Amino acid sequence: MPEILQYGFMQRALLGGLMIGTIAPVMGVFLVLRRLSLIADALSHVALAGIALGLVAGVYPFAIALLVCVSGAIGIERLRTSGHLQGDAVLAVFLSGGFAVAVVLISVGRGFNVDLFSYLFGAITAVQPSDLWLILGMGLCVLSAIVLLYKELFAITFDEECARLQGIPVDRINLLLTILTSLAVVIAMRITGVLLTSALMVIPAVTAVRLARSFRATLLLAVAASLAAVVSGMVAAYYFDLATGGAIVLFAIVLFAASFLLRRAR
Amino acid sequence: MTISEISPTASTAVKPTSVAALERITFDYGAERVLEDVTLSIEPGDFLGIIGPNGSGKTTLLSVLLGLRRPTQGGVRLFGTDVAAFRESHRIGYVPQKATAFEPRFPASVFEVVISGRVRRAGLGRRFGPADRAATLDALHTVGMQDVRNRLIGELSGGQQQRVFIARALVTHPDLLVLDEPTVGVDIEAQDRFYALLRALSLQGTTLVLVSHDIGVVAREVTRLACLNRRLFFHGEPGEALRSGALDNLYRANSVVVTHDHHHHGRSSRYA
Repeated sequence: MPEILQYGFMQRALLGGLMIGTIAPVMGVFLVLRRLSLIADALSHVALAGIALGLVAGVYPFAIALLVCVSGAIGIERLRTSGHLQGDAVLAVFLSGGFAVAVVLISVGRGFNVDLFSYLFGAITAVQPSDLWLILGMGLCVLSAIVLLYKELFAITFDEECARLQGIPVDRINLLLTILTSLAVVIAMRITGVLLTSALMVIPAVTAVRLARSFRATLLLAVAASLAAVVSGMVAAYYFDLATGGAIVLFAIVLFAASFLLRRAR
Repeated sequence: MTISEISPTASTAVKPTSVAALERITFDYGAERVLEDVTLSIEPGDFLGIIGPNGSGKTTLLSVLLGLRRPTQGGVRLFGTDVAAFRESHRIGYVPQKATAFEPRFPASVFEVVISGRVRRAGLGRRFGPADRAATLDALHTVGMQDVRNRLIGELSGGQQQRVFIARALVTHPDLLVLDEPTVGVDIEAQDRFYALLRALSLQGTTLVLVSHDIGVVAREVTRLACLNRRLFFHGEPGEALRSGALDNLYRANSVVVTHDHHHHGRSSRYA
């Protein structure tokens, strides 16, 4: 067994990473094509507020982040569909609002800076056994929801009006997609960190969109690009002592750049 | 034009067999009245053209007809059922304005786009089955696009994309096909194929509703014509509309200047 796989924390990080690396780009493809790329960023900052709240209150931060993030997702979706505000303005409000709450809470409880740092930037040593079970369990939920609603999600993403005409429950599925995104954000946060979570959703997705010849192929290609980035990023982070999230995202960007060259070659 | 046709409320007794019936529809966007007292029924086998200048309420009328918008006043029935209670959406096919229909770089194959018309038919939480795939190939065949089914939708010409969207609308074998400005941005040759396809569908018994500002072509193709400019100015046979001068009234009604001839390549504006 290679040295990297001999440590329990590394096994957990890799397992969690593979789950996140599968879910994040799938959500990302739907978000990118609906011009909602920023929603993951907004939700991750809302989640950060939840983490800070959990650390201040001394409650399992992961759970608080989950609650806060799902509520944030519902709030975003309500405001976005109410038509009173532009969609991207809503996202900007939640992004900066979440960050502001987090910063205030951090200034209240000064003692948890080290812990917070791992949430901001991700850490492979941070995945506890309990975290791993949560990541795998929630990941499976998100994946099965996507598989079950695959054709509805495609129809809504491609042409929302026609989907509505067919009698597909568009509003409910949109809300569910936003909630699933918030779940994906919270699980990804442990490994990539708050600030880079949306990158793992968006970058492999845009890489795949440029190359794939069908929607199904786009999803598969996005997952492949993301898993490649997660594994190489983690291995690099382990051997060269780098920030995991940053290393993963840099590998994803390398693949994205390669997609430009590949496309030009065609 | 007879008196009864001038006064639409008196003319169109709604029959239970009507494919679609709009009864005294009024629609306000805020303070602006977009549709006023429009009564219109569509009978089985009709090929109805709805024409009117830009901003005359045509697209709003369609969205009211399809149940996407609720009218300020009046009622809509589809196949005899009130639109709010109507659940047989597979009986209606809808072809949206091509230009607004999708994001051009969307990574979907032609086949994926067409089969997406069967989502509701297949059922929530189910995968597409052999019947869905067969219906998709069948619809692609009908519009002559079976050979490009594995191409990306964005790689096709405007006319080809239009036919793909018709295939998506046909994939549930609808009794009523509704098309909104389908030939905008489609070249003349593709338009000829397009109307030939509609004629064939009409002959097979599909009821068609075609919304357009392209009066000349539409008047030549359809069996029924409705002239709309906020109110319904005429509903009857196209030849009669031309003879009666209803079209002149339509475009003079609130002095709308028709300046969109660049889409028609100069062939259709002689009635405007």
